[in-house]
Amino acid sequence: MPGAISSLPSNSLTAARATEITFASDWPFEVTPDWAWRGSTGSGVRVCILDSGIERGHPLIGGVERAVAIELDDDSEIRIVDDQDGDLFGHGTAVGGIVRSLAPDAGIASVRVLGARNRGSGEVMLAGLRWAIEHDYDVINMSLSTSRRELLAALHELTDSAYFRRSVVIAAAHNMAVDSYPWRFSSVFSVGSHEQSDPMCFYYNPAPPVEFYARGLDVEVAWQGGGTLRASGNSFAAAHISAIAALVLAKHPELTPFELKSVMRLTAANTTGARH
Amino acid sequence: MSEEALRAAVAASALAGEGAEEELLRSIVEVARAIFEAGAASIATYDEQADELVFRAVAGAGSQTLIGTRFPSTQGIAGWVLVSGQPLVVDDVQRDPRFAGDVAARTGYVPRALMAAPLLVGDRVLGVLSVLDRPADEPFGVAQMDLLSIFARQASIALDVISRARGAGAALDGAGDADVVARVAGALGRLSPRRRAAGIALLSALERLLAETPEP
Repeated sequence: MPGAISSLPSNSLTAARATEITFASDWPFEVTPDWAWRGSTGSGVRVCILDSGIERGHPLIGGVERAVAIELDDDSEIRIVDDQDGDLFGHGTAVGGIVRSLAPDAGIASVRVLGARNRGSGEVMLAGLRWAIEHDYDVINMSLSTSRRELLAALHELTDSAYFRRSVVIAAAHNMAVDSYPWRFSSVFSVGSHEQSDPMCFYYNPAPPVEFYARGLDVEVAWQGGGTLRASGNSFAAAHISAIAALVLAKHPELTPFELKSVMRLTAANTTGARH
Repeated sequence: MSEEALRAAVAASALAGEGAEEELLRSIVEVARAIFEAGAASIATYDEQADELVFRAVAGAGSQTLIGTRFPSTQGIAGWVLVSGQPLVVDDVQRDPRFAGDVAARTGYVPRALMAAPLLVGDRVLGVLSVLDRPADEPFGVAQMDLLSIFARQASIALDVISRARGAGAALDGAGDADVVARVAGALGRLSPRRRAAGIALLSALERLLAETPEP
C-alpha cells in the first residue's frame, strides 16, 4: 500500500517528487481481512458522529472526547456550542454504541445536528459537517441528508474537501425515492442495509450510488436511559461501516479515502466469499 | 384573481371538499395496516406552529383514543423520523422509556414493534406514517422497510395534493363571492351522472342568460 504523502497537493509532478511518491515494490499484495483489520481496536482513530447527540455516560459508550451542538439562534444564525442536552431521541446514542462496540479504542465525538434547537435543517447539517472536517476527524458518520438543491454545491464542496483532507465521510443511504445528498456523492461511502446478523459482514455493491451494504437489520443498539433496544435502519448500517473503517485506518493510517474504499472492496464478503 | 387562477382554484377546491382529507388519511392507514398485516397503523402530521406531531388517522388498536392526541416533535422515535426524514424500525418499542411512558399512559396500548417512515414532499416532512406490530413470526425486514418507503411516498403525494387544494380553496376566500362557484363545482362532482347532466344544463342556461341580459 502507498506510503503517506506529506507534501502539499500539487497539480504537476517534478522528477524529484516522483521519487517521493514511489510506492513499496511489494505492492499490490493480497489484501485480506487479516491484513486490513484483524487485531485492530481502532486505537488512534477519531470518529465524529453527526446525529442527535450521544447520551452522556451511557454504559455501552462511556466517555466521548468532544460533544458539540449546532444550533440556530432566534435570528436563524448558526451557533456552535458545547452540547449540554445529550440525545433527545436515542438515535445518535445507537450509532455511537455501534462504533464503540466494534472499535472500542477509537475516539468518538458527537456533533448534534438533530434536536430541539436546530430542527434538522440543511444549513445545520452543513455547519456540522464543516466543523467535523475542520477538526480533522478521520471518519465522519452521517445518518442524514438533504434534498434542498440550493445547498448541493456547498455540500458537494464540503465532501470533496473532506476527501482531499483524508476525512472519510460515511453516509446512510436514503431508502426512499428522493434525491437527497450527500449519500449520492461519489466522494463519500454510501451505505445500505443487508439482512445478515454478523456485524463485520459487509458487501460491496457494484451498482452505486449505494456502494456498501452492512448490518442494519434487527441490531441491538444503545438507547436512551442507559438501555438498549433492537432497531433497523440504514443509519445503523452506516455506523457499522464507520467502525470497520476506523479499524482499518488504525492499522493503516496512510490510506486515503480512495485506497480505503478499495481495501473495503477487496475485503467485502462478496469478494472474499467469507463472512468475517 | 384572473379567470385562469379562478379556474384552477375552483377545480382544486372542489377536489378538497368537506372531509376529503380525513377520508384520505383514514384510507391510507387502513391500506397500510392491511399490506403489512399489522396490529395498527397511524399517521401523525406535523403542526409547525405548535412544533408538535398530531395523530390524524389510526387504524386498528388505539383508533378510538389516539386521534387528536399531540406529542412533542423533538423527542422519541417518531420525532427522530420527523427531523431526520429517515425511516426507522424498532423491534421492541417497550424498551424505549419515553415511548412506553407517554403512549401507554394515553392509550393503554404499547406496541411491540414499530416501523415509521417520514411523509416527505421535497425537503419538507409533512408527518410520520407508522405501522405497528406485525404477526409475531414475521418481523419487519429489509423488504418491508422498502415497501413502507414506497407506500409512504404515495401517501405523501396524496397529502400534498389535498393540502395544495386547501390552499387554493383558501385563496378563493379572498375572491369575494367566487367561492360559491367552487362549492357548486364540488357539489356537481358528487352527483350521479344523470343529476350532474341536469345541473350542468341548468348552469349552461344561466350562463347564456347572463351573457344575453344587458347590464341595467
